[in-house]
Parts: sequence; C-alpha cells; structure tokens
Amino acid sequence: MMEKSGQRILMGNEAIGRGLVEQHCTLVAAYPGTPSSEILASVVSFAGETGAIIHTEWSVNEKVACETALANSMAGRRSAVAMKQVGLNVAADPFTRATYLGVTGGFILIAADDPGPHSSQTEQDSRLFAHFAKAPVFDPSSPRESKEMVAEAFALSEKYEIPVILRPTTRICHARQNVFCGLPDPTGQKATFKKDPGRWVATPQFLTGLHRLLNEKLDRISEESAFRPILHSGDGSRPRVCIVASGVVFAHARELLAGLGPAGKIDLYQVRLAYPLHRPFIGKIKEEYEKILVLEETDSVVEMQFADARIRGRSSGDVSRQGELTPDIVEEILRKFLDLPTNPADPPSKRGVRPSLCAGCGHRAAFYAIRETFPDGIFPSDIGCYTLGMNFGAVDTCHCMGACISQGAGFYHAYAANGENFPTIVVTIGDSTFFHSGIPGLINAVFQGARFILVILDNGTTAMTGHQPTPQNGILADGKSGKKINIPDIVRAAGVAFLRETEAYDIANVTTMLQEADAFIRAPEGGIAVVIAKHPCIVDRGARAAQTVYRMRITEECIACRSCIEDFECPAIGFDEDQNRARIDPNRCIGCGVCRNVCPVGAIIAGNPFPGGI
Amino acid sequence: MNQQIIISGIGGQGVLFITRILAEAAIAMNLEVLTSETHGMAMRGGTVISHVKVGDFTSPLIRMGQADVGLFLQAENLDVHRCYLKPGGLIFTNATGDGKGTSIDATGLARKRGSIVVANLVLLGFAVRQGGLFCDRAVVESVLKRISTTAQLEMNLAAFGLEG
Repeated sequence: MMEKSGQRILMGNEAIGRGLVEQHCTLVAAYPGTPSSEILASVVSFAGETGAIIHTEWSVNEKVACETALANSMAGRRSAVAMKQVGLNVAADPFTRATYLGVTGGFILIAADDPGPHSSQTEQDSRLFAHFAKAPVFDPSSPRESKEMVAEAFALSEKYEIPVILRPTTRICHARQNVFCGLPDPTGQKATFKKDPGRWVATPQFLTGLHRLLNEKLDRISEESAFRPILHSGDGSRPRVCIVASGVVFAHARELLAGLGPAGKIDLYQVRLAYPLHRPFIGKIKEEYEKILVLEETDSVVEMQFADARIRGRSSGDVSRQGELTPDIVEEILRKFLDLPTNPADPPSKRGVRPSLCAGCGHRAAFYAIRETFPDGIFPSDIGCYTLGMNFGAVDTCHCMGACISQGAGFYHAYAANGENFPTIVVTIGDSTFFHSGIPGLINAVFQGARFILVILDNGTTAMTGHQPTPQNGILADGKSGKKINIPDIVRAAGVAFLRETEAYDIANVTTMLQEADAFIRAPEGGIAVVIAKHPCIVDRGARAAQTVYRMRITEECIACRSCIEDFECPAIGFDEDQNRARIDPNRCIGCGVCRNVCPVGAIIAGNPFPGGI
Repeated sequence: MNQQIIISGIGGQGVLFITRILAEAAIAMNLEVLTSETHGMAMRGGTVISHVKVGDFTSPLIRMGQADVGLFLQAENLDVHRCYLKPGGLIFTNATGDGKGTSIDATGLARKRGSIVVANLVLLGFAVRQGGLFCDRAVVESVLKRISTTAQLEMNLAAFGLEG
C-alpha cells in the first residue's frame, strides 16, 4: 500500500490525474487516444485511493465527453475533459461555443499534442486552436508543472468564468518525474444550475454581447501578473539577447544552456500561459532586447503574438515548421543563435523495426481472408491497431476516426458512376471506433444507397490505447457494471439487411461470409453487408489463457515461397536462411494455429493443443 | 550523482517496467529523476526506447552521444540506438554471452526459469551486478517488492537474481 501523500514517481498524465483529484474536480470525461489515455485511469485510481467522489467516464467520443463535462460545469461543479489533439477537432463544436457562453464550475479541457507525431494523424498545435476558440491555454514543461497547472487552470477558469485548455505534449504526458502528492480537501459542490436563457440558450442576438464579454475577459487575463513569463537570468554579459520558450522545449533549452557554460548564460523566459500572452511582457521584450529567439511546439503561437519581424523563430526560418523539437535539434538552433560552432549529431545507422499486429491477433486472420477473397478490392480502414493491416496490403486508406464507413460510401458512388461493375469495397473498423463515430456514417451510407461490405473487427476493447472498455462490454471507467450496448442491434437499427457474425480465427468461415456478402451487395435489393469478425484482444491475459494453444512447427515440405511471411506478416514467423525455409520463433508464437491456413503446401503444422498457455 | 540511461527493445519486452523500476529506485535514494517512454502504436512489436535521467536535469530526453549506460533487450537495436551512448558509455545487451562481460542471454535464462517475459529483469540484474547503474541490488529488490503484484513477486525477484 502506497503512502497517501509525499513524493511519487508519476507520469505526466498521472500527475494531471492526481491534480484533478486534489483539486476536487467532480466529473472527468475522456475518450482514449495516445498520448492522453492514462489521464482518466489515473483519476479513477487516485479517487479510489483518496476517497474522492468523482464521476468518471470513457465517453463514446470527445464531443460527447466535452458536452457532458460542460453541463456539469453549468451546474456549478468543477469539470474536466481529456483527449488527444485530434479529439479536440471532434469536440470543436461544443468547445468553441463554450468560450462565448462561459462556464460556472471550473472547466479544463486537456488536449494532449503529439509533435513528431509519434502516434497521431496530424501535428496540430492545440494552443493555436485555443487562440482560434479564444480560450486561455497552459503549456506545461514537466509532469510536476502539469499538476500545478491543473490548480491554476481551475482558479483562472472560475475567476473569469471561462473554459481553460491545458496542453501537454507527448514528452510531458509520457515523461515520469518525482512529484509531490497532496490530499484533496473534501468540499461539497452541490449541483445548482441557474437558468439564464440569454446565456445558456444564447440565440444570435445575444452573441455579439457575449463575444464582447469574452474579449474583455481575455484582455484582463493578458494583464494578470500571475502569468508573466518567468525569467531565468543570464549573467548580464549579453544584455540585449534573450530566449522565450514554452512547454517541454523550455525544459530542453534550460538544460542545454546550462551545458554551454559561459556562452549559455543569457536571459531565458518561460511562457506558462501561451495564450493570451502577458501583454506587458510583450512590450518589455520588444523594448529591452534586440536579438530574441522563440522556441515552442508545434506552431508559432507565442511568436505570432509578438508580431515583431525581429523575432527569430519559424517565420525567420531559424526553427523548423514541422516535426518535434528534440534536444538535439534545439541544441543546433541554440548554437546558431549564439554564434557557436554547430555539431550536428550523427543519425542512427539503422532504422528500427516497424510495429505489426501481434502474433495471434484476430484482426490478422480477418484481414488475410479479406485480401485473399478480393485481390482487386478497395480497403478503406480506420484508426486503431488494425491500421497495421497496411503492412500486408489489407488497408488502403486511414483518415480520421470513423471516416472509413463514409469513405466506403464515397468510393462506391465514385465507381458506380463508372457503370455497374464496381470493385468490391471492404471497409474495416474496430468496435471502439465504430461507437466513436462510425454509426452516423453507417446510417448515412445505408440511407444513400451505397453498396459495400463493412467488417467490424471486434476485439471487445480499445486495444491500441491500453484496453479501455467499449460500450458493448458494459464496464464503466471505474470498473462498475453498466448497460451493455449490443453492436448487432445497432447495425440492424441502422437499416442493414445483411448481418453475419463469425469467429475471426476461422478463415474459412470468414471467407464464406465475405463471398455471401459480395453477392448481397451486388443483388438488385442489396445494399450494405456487415460481417462482425470477433476475437478478443490476445494482449488481455484472460483472453490468452482461455484459448487453445497449439505447438506450431514448419516441416521440410516448406518451399520457401515466403507467403506466410509477406502475405500473413505474423511477427512470430521469420525466414531461416541456413535451412532455406520459414521458421517459427517460439518466443513470439502464442500458438493460435491460424497460420496453418495460409501455407499453400500445408507445411505449417499444428502439434497437439495444450491448454493453459505457454 | 547524474546518470543518463537508455533502455532499448521492441514493444512487449517490458522496457516500460524497467524504466519504472529505475525511476522508483531513484526516488528511494532521494534523487531527482526524469524519464521518457514510448507509448502507442510502436508498442505493437515496433522498436521502442526509454530514457532515464537521474540527477540534475530538466529535459526528459537524452541527446545523441550523452547516455552513460544503455540496456539493450534486443541486440538488433544496437545499430538503431547506440548513437545515444557517449564514448566509453556502458552497454549491456540481451544476447548470447556468459554473463560476465557486456552480454547475457537474458531470454534464454528467463525461459529456463519458466517465463520469457522476465528477460527484462534478468538483463537489469546483470547490469546492476556489473556495477553499471546508479542503484545497487538491495534498492532494486526493495522496489520490486513494493511494485510487483503478489503473483509476480517471486518470479520477478528470481529473474533479477539470475546469473549466466
């Protein structure tokens, strides 16, 4: 049992979760997405440990999460919503109006950015979104600071009745640091919604006034001395030179300058509130310094607010306009800025291995059947582990959450215009993504008369982000039971007339269903055919333990055609150059036995099954 | 004391667990610590790296040519991540070896002990015994006792103590 307060090693996301609990937030809603996913789970865990009463939920998507949390705030209670940066695109609609209407209970939207990107489809800067939506945004430079900023964000939000964004980046979310943990002060926050139609219903006639109020709030915030950037003074030897940095880039710059000895002793300012930038600070910097470098990720939010052509940064070409600012890159920028010799680091001599679907993943079996059945098919897919189907030609597109179903319809309409002989379009989507935003696309596709096959790859969880439950599990964020939402019922309710369910490992059965589905989508009365290919995620220990394990081997019959390696891409199958045949790595094979179905000469043999795992 | 450590492997090998143990060891020794981890898609069998910085640092990332120690759970990663090591930095690798120099067959020893998933702890134990890390055996064992589940504790301690 951990002691309740004191120093602990916390990941940035856990530090944020701890901050929310200590600041007696009453509702936290989230949708998982790297790098934000651990925030909600840590709220659940710290609430349990400290006895704090918090409604936590994995909402079906970020828009729903944001709306739910906003209403809790309208009822006067502290609220937070957590998501990755592209989740803010989904939540944009409720959030942008929330700045105009304001909030009552403190409201924090946590948008975790991913410069790089390491695990995202864009490098967008949520601080720029904050500027667009007119919301103040904090930019933490360490896990410790991200926890402190939760307290500041609640206080700011309540003082001005304004929603506030906390914008950590991957390097904060997934950094760990020793962080002091305190205890929450239990405070009763009874729900008290005060009706005010001119505010909460705000028809257009009210909005100019609300917009003026919002602008005035931002003006006042930009004068708050608490958000004056913090000066780390140099030694005075270069009085007209300074660096202004924000977020984890500040942390890199501070350490790098310390390592440069006397040359690095120049004034360094840390911006903590990136928008609105402290207005007196802007004037002071312009007046007192001649040579100014701005360092921030991923776009030019601080730099833009200076509106000064002397600034060295992205506009001047001194800082790259894309990619992560790693310490190696920041060092080169600093050396150039300080007129020191540069010394670019040697890049690695080899790239790492790409990720792939796990050995034994049910998605691989379904993908194999799809690609083998329709070699000329078009395969729109979506976001999750199953995007890795691209490694072996089973995924042709990946755009944004839920897009694959609408894209399936778009491809159908495009090819239908060419005549009747359209290619088979097989759309693949995971169960969590289907709930997130696949459902409206399915209703629309059915209604608009599209014809394609939708395969729901159902592993019963949100696997990529760490196994958060989906609505069909009937398990709530805190582990308690909720109502199960049945995917086949939703599919039927959307008007789909062809629905089959199968075990994903059963390639022969999946293939038969795909062929029937193809006949259906081409029949006069046909439309969209749905096949649900189910197999639990084998990363789940319980699921692993429950399935039969075969001792797999490859016989001398192997003809070295490599189809098991290239067309099936199981990480447990490699090629033994000495023996000139495929080889199964016993350290990685989980004994699912599916690869028996993919060898053209039957050289992959399953030994006797033995229960209980390996 | 300042020490910068990288831990390199592929998703699923337990790089994150080693990272956490080292961070907990630092806090147990009253040292400041910052780490950085790989999460997300790369965890599905792709190349992953963790950075551990013990002592007086503000950035969670290690620059090329700055690491004092590298723990390589996957020998193939040497060509990918060796660039983080400083000249003369210590490297401990999971590879065929007698457990005396810089390599130990952590996977083989873990399999023999009954669970290949603890190969990470075999390599960590090796690096600690060789005196390469800021922490000693007793500190790591106390961390393992605190953070392991009851079901895993015996195996974890055994793996940490395995010698080649």
